Amino acid sequence: MDLLIHHFWELTITGLAIGAVYALVALGYTLVYGVLRLINFAHSEVFMYGSFAAVWVLMALGAGKATGLGLAGYLVVGFIAAMAMSGIIALVVEFVAYRPLRKRNSPPLIALISAIGASFTFSELMGLRDKPLKWFGLEGLQPYLGRARENLPLTLHVETKRVFPIFNYQVTNIDLIVLVSAIVMMVLLDQFVRRSRLGRGIRAVAQDPEAAALMGVNRDRVIRLTFLIGGIMAGAAAMMYLLKIGVTRYNAGFILGIKAFTAAVLGGIGNLRGALVGGFVLGVAENYGGAIFGNQWKDVVAFVLLIIILLFRPTGLLGESLGKARA
Amino acid sequence: MAEPTTTPEHDDALARPEDVDTTPDTSVDISVEEVTDLPQGKMLEVDDVTLRFGGVTALDGVSFHINTGEILGLIGPNGAGKTTCFNVMTGVYQPTSGDVRFMGDPLGRRKKFAITKLGIARTFQNIRLFHNMTALENVLVGADAHHSSGIFSALLRLPRHRAEEEEGMDRAHELLKFMGLEKRANELARNLPYGDQRRLEIARALATNPKLLCLDEPAAGFNPAEKVKLMELIQSIREQGYTVLLIEHDMRLVMGVTDRIVVLEFGKKIAEGLPAEIRDNPAVIAAYLGVDESAS
Amino acid sequence: MTAVSDFFHGIGDRFRALPKWAKVVLLVLLALVVYLLPILNPPLITTTGSDFGAVLFLCALYSLVALGLNVVIGYAGLLDLGYIGFFAVGAFTVGVLGSSHAKLPLLLCIPLAMVATLVSGILLGAPTLRVRGDYLAIVTLGFGEIIRLALVNTDWLSGPRGISNIPTPPSIHLFNVPHVTWQGFTAFLDLENTTDFLTFSVTDSIPYYWLALTCVLIVLFLDRLMQNSRVGRAWEATREDEDAAELMGVPTFRFKLLAFATGAAIGGLSGSLFATKQQFINPDNFTIIYSVLFVAMVVVGGQGNRWGVIVAAVLLTWAPERFRFLADARFLLFGVLLIVLSIFRPQGLLPPRRTLRAKEADEEAPDTLDAEGVARG
Repeated sequence: MDLLIHHFWELTITGLAIGAVYALVALGYTLVYGVLRLINFAHSEVFMYGSFAAVWVLMALGAGKATGLGLAGYLVVGFIAAMAMSGIIALVVEFVAYRPLRKRNSPPLIALISAIGASFTFSELMGLRDKPLKWFGLEGLQPYLGRARENLPLTLHVETKRVFPIFNYQVTNIDLIVLVSAIVMMVLLDQFVRRSRLGRGIRAVAQDPEAAALMGVNRDRVIRLTFLIGGIMAGAAAMMYLLKIGVTRYNAGFILGIKAFTAAVLGGIGNLRGALVGGFVLGVAENYGGAIFGNQWKDVVAFVLLIIILLFRPTGLLGESLGKARA
Repeated sequence: MAEPTTTPEHDDALARPEDVDTTPDTSVDISVEEVTDLPQGKMLEVDDVTLRFGGVTALDGVSFHINTGEILGLIGPNGAGKTTCFNVMTGVYQPTSGDVRFMGDPLGRRKKFAITKLGIARTFQNIRLFHNMTALENVLVGADAHHSSGIFSALLRLPRHRAEEEEGMDRAHELLKFMGLEKRANELARNLPYGDQRRLEIARALATNPKLLCLDEPAAGFNPAEKVKLMELIQSIREQGYTVLLIEHDMRLVMGVTDRIVVLEFGKKIAEGLPAEIRDNPAVIAAYLGVDESAS
Repeated sequence: MTAVSDFFHGIGDRFRALPKWAKVVLLVLLALVVYLLPILNPPLITTTGSDFGAVLFLCALYSLVALGLNVVIGYAGLLDLGYIGFFAVGAFTVGVLGSSHAKLPLLLCIPLAMVATLVSGILLGAPTLRVRGDYLAIVTLGFGEIIRLALVNTDWLSGPRGISNIPTPPSIHLFNVPHVTWQGFTAFLDLENTTDFLTFSVTDSIPYYWLALTCVLIVLFLDRLMQNSRVGRAWEATREDEDAAELMGVPTFRFKLLAFATGAAIGGLSGSLFATKQQFINPDNFTIIYSVLFVAMVVVGGQGNRWGVIVAAVLLTWAPERFRFLADARFLLFGVLLIVLSIFRPQGLLPPRRTLRAKEADEEAPDTLDAEGVARG
């Protein structure tokens, strides 16, 4: 308990920072669930691919230690690379693993199995070791591909600087970057869903697909868009994750995915604001739990929290929005 | 899955060679057990029941009762709250206020299966059979309502298990015979013709040994000849000792088979009485204005 | 693909048509062959790179798991993504009671482990079976992970180093069974290479295989009894239409809990067998990946069909060993297989023949309608 009290602000701020990562990834889960009633197991791989894209691009650009404008430039490039890759992978997943099932009106259990299969396929593809590279004569790419089973570090190095204090904790520049990026992405999304035609389409399909179709909303298009948006958010989260954690692996998405889904359920599945709140709450709760029980129990906190929420308030903190895709 | 036929005459004209005779055999004894338990007067009382969901008041202060051994009709235009009434009586919804008393005992917060065990059984507006189970198995599930052998009895094939299985089988076969479905006992429910599916649902409900049988639009999609047969079936069910509550849209059927009628509109009871009274009741006629009165 | 399942169902039909004595003889012969597989070492089937007996043990073990999970997913329709948790509880109960905190004999540990798993199944199921289907999947996933993390972080239970010196089943020495070796397609009795009947030790997997196989046969038999009873019917009705089932008097929640507990107990049994064979267990053996693998076995096999899930379990365990060059890409192929099957064959390899019992009833009462017109599969 002492640990919690002494380091309260540190735990809170860093918790919010990792929570921001959870929140953005949770958005992907909640969007897809709200529209399709499907748990997109492969979303964790969408996130992971984004992190690799950022690592690769920055490695290719020779990023190393950077400050000021250079740093800003590298960050922008990293974010864009991650978001682009994640967006693309999300669309591929939808096309390969889910759309054929929609056409066949498959029961939800089967969709779940396909989702699990997609998750494995994509993570294992990334995790293929050197041999396939040799077959295709791509050894030159070895520093990029073929190393995914170890911790692949982000070459861009941001010197941790204490920026300003909140009570007894000196907020770092990394925390700041992460939190600011998250807020920017969230505001953009909120505006998009509320104001744009496409955003309204998402809400319509979530509420009543048949009526939406009758009103001229192209359901397939909306679904693709949902996956794309979720992917882009996950990509941004991936870059933020790299800044905080520094490395990535072929299975980096795994535990994070489960936690992000927990966050989505925590806030109320289908509810976008809920996903955000859920993410932050989870990040902070994890830290507090780790301080009280010991760091090795942090992961357990997430799962226990999930079970408690599902038992006592299954609709989540902000109430679920099935069929409403409430922003 | 069999679709409800809208031109049912077609069905009779093109009888396939392998069509089986599915006339009900109402001589089979499927009577209510423990006839001595039945109350003399009211079997079920709906007492000032109101049901609200969010902004909608589905039932508003509805009160009526069903007497032992009678066939009560519950009618009203679409959306009047008839099926909602059934749902409250069978424990699917908890009333916002008011009580439902069965044989004097308020239902309270009992679970659905407990209410079935008390003695209220029902069929559904949209057929809800266990489609991938056979007709016999569907009825057996109903018969299991009063059984208590669990997994240990089953694994060890204890005497209780065997006795209950035999009792269930006997009752199921009797009911299937009564409904005229004996020959179709081993067909999957989803493959049965529409009329047989409706009758199977009734058989399944009767298998639970109810005192009160609630039928929700059992004649939907039937042709006039089938409706007549259904009327006879309902009457024989009553003769076997069951009390029947019937939701129906077909006025001829309702007038022909019920002893009394309760009329709902917009969640409120607007009339109650003998069929002849109801037929001439201006409020009832007004409620149905614009809707085809023969509604078959 | 329908041809494959029709083929198997056809075999089933011809089997049922035989007189009783013929059925018994055939079954006994079949059982004998299966028991003797690792001794016979048939050329195309045997795994050259690894110990065939050990591979068969694993096939039998995972068949047991598949049967247990089949009750949960196939019969009751509950999506459990944390089955490895029950497996772990079984294994570590044996470890704690047999090695690290007591020295109880294995034959006592196993039933105790099953009880422990059953209790954990009830503890998990009671609060969570009320939630919606997809949520149940996530909750059970979380449970599996909680078990693993609790084991890693609690030294009293296990700690990161696990438990070793797990007791073996009691051994009695009766006789030696020589193995069969092959040169090309000719068989030779190898009197050097023998299996002791019945000694359990690290050197020979085969007695363990026999133990696991016996458990599979017992569970198969009990499974059949369960399915042809009120319990089996209640599960099926609940899976078809839960609300309608409840309105027909089925206490659905109780039966769902029963399915969960039964599946858990079988999982616990499997975990115990695993522990005693390995002699050493470690929380790393019990990760989420296995839960997913188990679910895949049930779905690929045809959820609800006990033979289908066994076939899938055996295939998914044996194939990577037989075709070792696939080993590295094992999970990749597995993922692709899941996607392809979901799209093209969602009902699994051997979907349950729901008219099976109907057919049996037909033979007993010849005046009932021939079920020819009934849809297959």
